[in-house]
Amino acid sequence: MTTQNTSASDAFYKQLGRMYGTYTGAFIAFIILLAIMEQMGVPNKVLGYLFVFFTLAVYAVIGVMTRTAQLSEYYVAGRRVPAFYNGMATGADWMSAASFVGMAGSLFLLGYDGIAWVLGWTGGFVLVSILVGPYLRKFGAYTVPDFMAFRFGGNVARFLAVVVLVCCSFTYVTAQIYGTGLIASRFLGMQFELAVFAGLVGILLCAMLGGMRAVTWTQIAQYIVLIIAYLTPIVILSTQHYGIPIPELTYGRAIADITAREGALLQQNLAVLCTQASCPAGALKPHIEPFINYSPLNFFGIIFCMMVGTASLPHILMRYFTTPSVREARQSVAWSLLFIFLLYFSAPAYAAFSKLEVYTNIIGRDVASVRPWMFTWGELGLIQICGKNAASIDAIIAACKAIANHPGVVRLQDFVINTDVIVLSTPEIAGLPYVISGLVAAGGLAAALSTADGLLLAIANALSHDIYYKMLDPNAPTIRRLTVARVLLFFVAVASAALASTRPGDILAMVGWAFSLAMAGNFPVLVMGIWWKRATTAGAISGMIAGFGLCLFYLVVSRYYPGFGVKYAGMTSLLNPVTGAPIIPDLAKAMALPNAMESWPTLAHPLANKVGWFNLNNINCGLLGMPLGFLVIYVVSLFTKAPSAEMQAFVDEIRKPRGRTVLEEKS
Amino acid sequence: MAQPDSPANQEAHWDKTTRLMFTHLGVWFFFGYVVHMFVVPLNKIIIPVLGFPLGFYMAAQGSLIAFVVMLFMFARQQDKIDREHGYAEDD
Repeated sequence: MTTQNTSASDAFYKQLGRMYGTYTGAFIAFIILLAIMEQMGVPNKVLGYLFVFFTLAVYAVIGVMTRTAQLSEYYVAGRRVPAFYNGMATGADWMSAASFVGMAGSLFLLGYDGIAWVLGWTGGFVLVSILVGPYLRKFGAYTVPDFMAFRFGGNVARFLAVVVLVCCSFTYVTAQIYGTGLIASRFLGMQFELAVFAGLVGILLCAMLGGMRAVTWTQIAQYIVLIIAYLTPIVILSTQHYGIPIPELTYGRAIADITAREGALLQQNLAVLCTQASCPAGALKPHIEPFINYSPLNFFGIIFCMMVGTASLPHILMRYFTTPSVREARQSVAWSLLFIFLLYFSAPAYAAFSKLEVYTNIIGRDVASVRPWMFTWGELGLIQICGKNAASIDAIIAACKAIANHPGVVRLQDFVINTDVIVLSTPEIAGLPYVISGLVAAGGLAAALSTADGLLLAIANALSHDIYYKMLDPNAPTIRRLTVARVLLFFVAVASAALASTRPGDILAMVGWAFSLAMAGNFPVLVMGIWWKRATTAGAISGMIAGFGLCLFYLVVSRYYPGFGVKYAGMTSLLNPVTGAPIIPDLAKAMALPNAMESWPTLAHPLANKVGWFNLNNINCGLLGMPLGFLVIYVVSLFTKAPSAEMQAFVDEIRKPRGRTVLEEKS
Repeated sequence: MAQPDSPANQEAHWDKTTRLMFTHLGVWFFFGYVVHMFVVPLNKIIIPVLGFPLGFYMAAQGSLIAFVVMLFMFARQQDKIDREHGYAEDD
């Protein structure tokens, strides 16, 4: 199969470079055209619509053009995607609304401690390449549960793997659709709930018709949009401030300026320093000082969970099923990280530049001189000044007057901005033309859509291939299998949009949970299955149940049933990382309140996310589940009969890149 | 080159692969965790010209660059091992 396609895929490869080159040029020309239109007085709202609809239309066209009715094209893009392009597609698959919209905002708010996310979301690819990815490529599966089922004797392991996959991917996709809704409601002025479903149409057009093949070629197009959109504003800012268009190099000076400005704010009594003795809400936390937002345990815990989670997330692992060879799978991981790195090493620069803008152009300025761009965000409740939504200049002045002894200028503690707003509003904060804001919105949309595509496909494939075809109806003809996949895709997408429209939590936390769940459920069993021949079916099954179960228990109890956790599971209040005092000063009193034992669906429980074991944030629940998973697999395997000689030979086979794939799907 | 399918060759290939895996895991651990444990003393050093405190720089850029370089190196090194033992795929 590889030989007969070589010449065809060579021509295909050359064409790819020209195609995406032209596409990039056309996109840049489109931006310039809109910039000219803006100068000619075309209203902002029209520009926003043009950006969103033009890009959505392009994705849909690519999706329709590359639709397929072949099984191997639908599930693994025919295993012909070159390493370089697969790297780009993985970049878009990987970088979600949380990376694009949320991360720079978190770095803005958390300073050094926020970098835990950057480290965690890059270092994980090392684990993908050295421990898991290439071996799964050699195995030749369509889905991750395929591997579990083959290695660990059948449908129990397969079913557990599907449960883990659906739990973590569904949590993750909900966060993406939520992000889509946020952007569409701000830039198109649609109602949030409506915007969520509008975003869905774009997602479905790509993923439903063409499966993995269409998603791959769309994701490459989306990567190009999102990286241009992310870098443009900070390149402009860097040039404006320091005369050099490489923000990653110049933001060192921005950080020095921030530190100087922090000192000045304290001196002028415009901010209160967060100290060990007291650290009220809104206090100044120096940007470069470590461990004031996360304790060292939680800081390193986040790094570890995000890294290991990367190597366990099915929608990422399955991207490496699409390369022509094991060798290219490895190269492709390296390319993926390079493309991801381009955005991630710029995110701290984004945070630094926007923080500097806020500290110089907003904090310390007269309350009456607040600039009008804030009001659109204030109306959505995303920017508050003096404790009230910054919806109009009169509202702000009135709110600040109501505070005793207010000096009449905006103090640091007066200004609250939602972290998801930072990236989207930076062009406005810096006074750049509106076309840049529209570009950023289109980029954010591309990031959210591309990840949602990958996730929905992973869920639908697991349900149609693993549950329907492998477990329920092994004789189903191709047409019916693909129809089932498409119908399921539709229902999963609608269900997650319905959940997203209820706004269940902030983007970063939801994504963090998805990683921890994937890590606890998948990582031990994947690694042991490849690297330890002695791992047995009983060991794997009990390890998955124990690890995933513990992680899920910790997450659900501390999020939705904190009263139960305190009373029966020995949970205590988490500690403030600076002062070391419990966040809930009097737990006994909080427990005596009538609502203490309330649970799901009371989303606003006063103790939610604030209790736990060992002062461990529930984002890090994988830190409990994964080691338990490894331990249980090891112990139970030693107590059960060693796998058969054939199984051990099979493990040898996936360790050698040469030769046929182990699992041959009939198509 | 040894016989491709002899158990000895297979074992030698896997030994080298395992050793490479542990080496990279060690470097990964160093750049992912160990450096950042020393962020406070490292922050006292300011990188000349650029102006970054070193501890902050390592987390925001240094480790990331290390990961990218590691992955390209790993792809080459593992391919070399596969070729030596006759397990590499045809080009």
